[in-house]
Amino acid sequence: MKARISYIAANTFREAVRDRVLYNLIAFALLLVGAAILVGQISIDIERLVVINLGLTAVSLFGMLIAIFIGIGLVSKEIEKRTLYTMFSRPVRRWEFIVGKFFGLAGTLVVNTFLMAIGVFAALLYVSHHLQKPDAWLLVALYFIILQFLMITAIALLFSSFSSPLLSAVFAFSLFVVGSFAEDLRGFAAMTKGVTRWLATGAAYLIPNFSALNVISSVAHGEAVSGQLVFYNSAYALFYAALALCGAVLIFERRDLK
Amino acid sequence: MSAIQILGLEKTYTIGFWRKRPKRALRPLHLAVEEGEIFGFLGPNGAGKTTTLKLLMGLVSPTAGSARILGIDANDPRVKAQIGFLPEQPYFYDYLTARELLEYYGQLSGIPAKDRGGKVEAMLQRVGLPDAGDIQLRKFSKGMLQRVGIAQAILHDPKVVFLDEPMSGLDPMGRREVRDLIEQLKKEGKTVFFSTHILSDAEALCDRVAIIHLGELRSVGVVADLTSSMHGKVELIWQGAVVPASIRALGAECHLSADTMRAVLAEDKQDAAIDALRREKLRLVSITPVRATLEDYFLQNLRSENAPSEVMA
Repeated sequence: MKARISYIAANTFREAVRDRVLYNLIAFALLLVGAAILVGQISIDIERLVVINLGLTAVSLFGMLIAIFIGIGLVSKEIEKRTLYTMFSRPVRRWEFIVGKFFGLAGTLVVNTFLMAIGVFAALLYVSHHLQKPDAWLLVALYFIILQFLMITAIALLFSSFSSPLLSAVFAFSLFVVGSFAEDLRGFAAMTKGVTRWLATGAAYLIPNFSALNVISSVAHGEAVSGQLVFYNSAYALFYAALALCGAVLIFERRDLK
Repeated sequence: MSAIQILGLEKTYTIGFWRKRPKRALRPLHLAVEEGEIFGFLGPNGAGKTTTLKLLMGLVSPTAGSARILGIDANDPRVKAQIGFLPEQPYFYDYLTARELLEYYGQLSGIPAKDRGGKVEAMLQRVGLPDAGDIQLRKFSKGMLQRVGIAQAILHDPKVVFLDEPMSGLDPMGRREVRDLIEQLKKEGKTVFFSTHILSDAEALCDRVAIIHLGELRSVGVVADLTSSMHGKVELIWQGAVVPASIRALGAECHLSADTMRAVLAEDKQDAAIDALRREKLRLVSITPVRATLEDYFLQNLRSENAPSEVMA
């Protein structure tokens, strides 16, 4: 079972690499180099702040786009191209396929994030000539970004298990945007009354809370991230991703592969 | 024990987005395929052949009924290690090379790592692709993909092999090779269940065939038994280019060939035709019985929409 999942995950990773997904790193590198040079020339004392903000936001956005646009095709593309026919004529269970695909894309995103993180630290070193102790908090911000990727990958897989790639992209991207303002939605829910409060609170807790996982701004200012937040965010993101994956499995188990 | 036992398998799809309506793809199907048999599953496009195979592979769930392969429920993962499947017009991960694809399927089929490399090489050799192992599948021709498809279906040495239109897209030489390969599988004691609409292949290969049309099983049996059940025909050849009206009236199909006329008509009209030739003083050259082919039987079976199903052991 574990072996089959790892084979599917490895093949998903190989597909992403061969489809030149990691080429996005070139665009990312160009962006960072350009930003570092520009910032070095125009900003006074805020070079670090700008590079961290820009660098981590780019890591997050590039990764999110990869997670959504590959994630939505993970299942539907295999159904459309009928590659699943030969897959499921073997001792592969449908849930193993979904979980394998999830880990394959998650692995791709982790490698991608790792390489981008090297770029961010290099740019930081270029503008400030040395790394400082608070820069270690960048690693926590990067960890939270990876947690976001796990959530959006599971969500994209969920949509991909029953919907067309186009609709899946729309749904997943909408959830990403709305989820980035989840804290605001919770604040709004707290201000309302009656049925609206119930509905707003329900919606606020149903959508993925990406804003809680975004600590880019605070680490850019050198603020520490509490261990409690790391724990809660980890538990929340893993639970949410697991839930979305379960949903994907439940739907996919019942789906006819026409 | 039957290698494949289909017990009232039935599939109705729901089609339409707003106004959903049922579409019956397969009426209750009962069929048994014995171990070591080459079994042909014949039918025109849209007859229900692929639906049946998808049901057996667990790709779609049945509306009713069940199937057993080697005595175990078809959806049981234990069965999957003992079957191989080639889908119609197979498509594979085209970013992989043929060797990588077979390696991957070998992993998923549970072939131990120490045996995998050797099996993959042997299989590439067997399907005639020993030099194409390192080429990405996106550069493969249709025929080469079909060979890779066959290779992945038999890589793990399955006991039962399901092939959906295995000759499709192959040139005559490729078709011959696939036929030889199917015969080889039988010699190895495997059961082969293949769907096709190329009847000459089925006639040459199959121990038994089943004909399915509009989702309904029309007949099952040994090819010779099925064709012998048809009313025989005879071919009459006589000198000259004249066709007596009385022979045309018997429903004969007549063709002029050099200085002789050739007519094919039902066996029971033979005496009447000979009498007509005598009356017209035409010299009879030969009378030859025409053996019904599987194609004749197939076409007659499909044309008679309301013909009762014919099932032979």
